[in-house]
Amino acid sequence: MLKGRRKSANQNLITISTLDSRLRGDIKWNKLKFIDEYRDKEASLKYSSLINDITTKKWNIMEVCGGQTHSIVKFGIDELLPEGVNLIHGPGCPVCVTSLELIDKSIEIASRENVIFCSFGDMLRVPGSKKDLLQVKAEGGDVRMMYSPLDALKIARENPDKEVVFFAVGFETTAPANAMAVYQAKAQGLKNFSILVSHVLVPPAMEAILSSKSNLVQGFLAAGHVCAVMGYNEYFPLAEKYKVPIVVTGFEPLDILQGIYMCIKQLEEGRHEVENQYARVVNREGNQSAMNIVSTVFKVGTRKWRGIGEIPDSGLVLQDDYIDYDASLKFGLAEMTVEEPKECISGIILQGLKKPHECEAFGKICTPEHPLGATMVSNEGACAAYYRYRKV
Amino acid sequence: MCLAVPGKILSISDTESELMRTGRVSFGGIVKEVNLAYTPEAKVGDYVIVHVGFALNTVDEEEAKRVFQYLDEIEGLDELRETE
Ligand code: SF4
Repeated sequence: MLKGRRKSANQNLITISTLDSRLRGDIKWNKLKFIDEYRDKEASLKYSSLINDITTKKWNIMEVCGGQTHSIVKFGIDELLPEGVNLIHGPGCPVCVTSLELIDKSIEIASRENVIFCSFGDMLRVPGSKKDLLQVKAEGGDVRMMYSPLDALKIARENPDKEVVFFAVGFETTAPANAMAVYQAKAQGLKNFSILVSHVLVPPAMEAILSSKSNLVQGFLAAGHVCAVMGYNEYFPLAEKYKVPIVVTGFEPLDILQGIYMCIKQLEEGRHEVENQYARVVNREGNQSAMNIVSTVFKVGTRKWRGIGEIPDSGLVLQDDYIDYDASLKFGLAEMTVEEPKECISGIILQGLKKPHECEAFGKICTPEHPLGATMVSNEGACAAYYRYRKV
Repeated sequence: MCLAVPGKILSISDTESELMRTGRVSFGGIVKEVNLAYTPEAKVGDYVIVHVGFALNTVDEEEAKRVFQYLDEIEGLDELRETE
């Protein structure tokens, strides 16, 4: 079912992958009313014919989130669209944009004695300069896969004589969970817990794309779950400044088709507004109690994106009050810098300037079994989605 | 890792701290423990969007129907236009 899972991988990996693919609808899933409705084929076809009806020009629309990319490629949504409507797959996969430097730091920390290194499963196979975390594990490192950062906290409580480090990657969606883990660690006086922070923020990345000279994007489908946390107030100035429609969009095929419809309608009518397709989950203000904990623990800082480089104010770093929980400082790695290799063009793909199959290495020397770049590792990565669902 | 999914709250356990409010949530039969600190309004029977062990928001059932309503509205309008 899932290509390229190594046999040596932790048993957990399989369980969660299976769960993951069930949740993605690889099997018939009729107990959950919402999912069924949103997979409604007839309604999807209606939307695609409506889109055909209103489209008179060529448009480039970027879906920001990797979860949406996965749905689009898997369900062939891009193939339902009129010619000339081009979906550009955005940088919205945290695994894919985590810098090589941070991957190397994670490998360095995980290789140390007395460390239990905890991470979401997707990060284990991301290639660092020399190896990946799974290799560290095979060489005897204590690398464990977690479903939630709270599980890592539990391990820290149970192993007071070990240093427990959690690889805190993700967008606004994982920030409330990671913030809560650190918040509770401090409240409980846990000294043997820290996080390697690689948090990235979506709106600054969208702005970086829009302000680039080579930008092709004329409208955005904004990531629904990011907005579930952050709300969408931040998008109004972006839509205004760059004159682009931004439609907050969900993840089911029908959601995506409706989001595309709303976006093209705006483009055709010359509007550039912020609209919310995903109102069943997202409201304008976001989740205040989540944001309170996030801003208690984190503040905005500069972040390096894999393949793209540094983007100012595009990440979260720990607040001064929580700096003791910064693994990079704790393990003396703050100064470490690493250059990215040239052969992988994932940076260009993440900006939507090329499609995965236009990479020389795609499917040849780069496959999910032997990924050269992170976009081939993660389920939400554009290269992996093309490899799984598009035989090109 | 990035995908958040909707699940139904089966039960909520009392904890001394609001921050540890935990529920058992069913994802089409697969049941997991989920932290409900960020959805203080969520009740047993509600659907929540869950990500890395945390409920991010409740799913609004009325709004959930809107995707179809919207489609009907557009088509209704089209018919009106055609009969003009
Ligand atoms: S196919 Fe492989 S080498 Fe090419 S961009 Fe994707 S991850 Fe990088």
